[in-house]
Amino acid sequence: MPANNYEYFLLLPHIVLSVGIVLSILIEIFTRKGKEVLPWFSSLLFLFVGFYSIINIDKNFFIFGGMVEVGGRASIFNFIFNIAALLTVLASTDYIKKYGINYSEYYILIQSSVLGMMVMAMAHDILVIFMGLELMSICFYILAGLNRKRSSNNEASLKYFLLGSFATGFIVYGIALVYGTTGSTSIQNIFENFMQYFNNILFIVGMLLLLIGFSFKIAAVPFHMWVPDVYQGSATSVTGLMSTAGKAAAFSVLLILLGTSLSYSSPIVFRNYFSVIAVLSTLVGSIIAIAQTNLKRMLAYSSIAHAGYMAIGLAAGNNYSFAGITFYLAAYVFMNIGAFTIISLIEGKDETRLTLNSYAGLNKKSPFLAAMMSLFMFALAGIPPMAGFFGKYYVFFGAIKSDLTWLAIVGVLSSLISVYFYLRVVVYVYFMNENEQFEIEKSVGSNLAISLTGLLVLLFGIFPDSLMNLIVNFIK
Amino acid sequence: MLQVPMEYYLILSAFMFTVGVAGVLIRRNAIVVFMSIELMLNSANLTFITFSSYLGNSIGQIFVFFVMTVAAAEAAVGLAIIIAIFRNKLSVNIDEINIFKW
Repeated sequence: MPANNYEYFLLLPHIVLSVGIVLSILIEIFTRKGKEVLPWFSSLLFLFVGFYSIINIDKNFFIFGGMVEVGGRASIFNFIFNIAALLTVLASTDYIKKYGINYSEYYILIQSSVLGMMVMAMAHDILVIFMGLELMSICFYILAGLNRKRSSNNEASLKYFLLGSFATGFIVYGIALVYGTTGSTSIQNIFENFMQYFNNILFIVGMLLLLIGFSFKIAAVPFHMWVPDVYQGSATSVTGLMSTAGKAAAFSVLLILLGTSLSYSSPIVFRNYFSVIAVLSTLVGSIIAIAQTNLKRMLAYSSIAHAGYMAIGLAAGNNYSFAGITFYLAAYVFMNIGAFTIISLIEGKDETRLTLNSYAGLNKKSPFLAAMMSLFMFALAGIPPMAGFFGKYYVFFGAIKSDLTWLAIVGVLSSLISVYFYLRVVVYVYFMNENEQFEIEKSVGSNLAISLTGLLVLLFGIFPDSLMNLIVNFIK
Repeated sequence: MLQVPMEYYLILSAFMFTVGVAGVLIRRNAIVVFMSIELMLNSANLTFITFSSYLGNSIGQIFVFFVMTVAAAEAAVGLAIIIAIFRNKLSVNIDEINIFKW
């Protein structure tokens, strides 16, 4: 336990990001160059915070009376969030001009939402989790509807807002009941005497409401109704951030909750709940995605299926599967942001080219984009040697370790179903004749983001052990 | 002084929560749905205050302040979204907000 005045120093990434947000607002107010300066400023901010966190991964302490954990797991997640935001900013500088949301607020909101995610990932107290969750969600509600003249944006943000705050209502009431039965909001205290509270009906209801609320946030069936509409209606770059970093943040909270319960060796009473969620999400997500021709909507259903695969790891409930989920999240963030960036390049000014037909013969228009699109689709389908394969492998292996072989089999079966709609995109890209003539926009930032994500997806796939060992060491 | 039993408050707040959930599921006006969500948050606040007072523990009261702040921020954002949608559609009926299906 570090000395008291040292505690603030350990929070340097969060403090730097908070000061950066305030500075960004000042830059926007007092200079006329906000729109040109802020992309660079926020990129530097994300780079610094991400790499500072990952360099200080060894300084793993509980500070502020055990409310907050720095280093270790929190560092890994900070890195994921910041790199995801960095790639999103790189990919969107040209895109938001085309889409009509070229406001400085776009960058400020992304910074604030990343701060919310970082708060969620480090929290060991339900109060801190709640604050981080709301900071992230409220920023996402605004980002989803940033172009207020577009009715698709309006609809997406209204649906996201109403269902998101509905879930918040469940979470807050669940927290209230859990607080009432345990007299504490510290996760440590709650799980220390878990079995003793477990006879109390109020405690069970509270825990269940909390889990249902977070199932909304990770987009798992049967709480997935908002996902396709919101992902399709929002700006593509925003969807890329919401579906990856936002999901990773919600999963980081579930990992903290279940990880703490594991370290006090209380039996995994959540197993049945997460098994049901996992089976439903993987199957429903994969099967409905087959029927989609709109690529954004297809990726939304695929994101539901991916939440299901990760929920298999939650149901397994051992340290190996938790590390597997973290690896899976890192891989998923990069492959999905890459895919959404390609969609943002192709979709055109009024989102007219979102269907599969527009991808026919992409190979002739741009061999680079065609190759990268296939790479991301192979990775999402979980074909080796891409990162997605090892994510699934670690999670399923964790399930087998906990004698949940049937759940791993369900996961493998629904991955097989999902191969169909991912490979269909590759078939369109390479083997169909082009039936639409259009120019693909030139954007240096987007191409850079696509190359970086592609490189990372390949690296994680070829050398999965180095990353996995790092994660296993710090997820206890 | 006669003290009201804790159960009374808990039953009242559970009832408020149920009314809120039912309102979200049944009503079709976006503003009424939003009000129902606020009712859910307030029922949670009442639960916090009840437990805080009967356990003699101040964490619950602190939590209520945070929930109120969040509810205020949510109200600002939510009403802005509803106004934006009203300007485009001249309606806030959520059955008419249906560009996206299946």
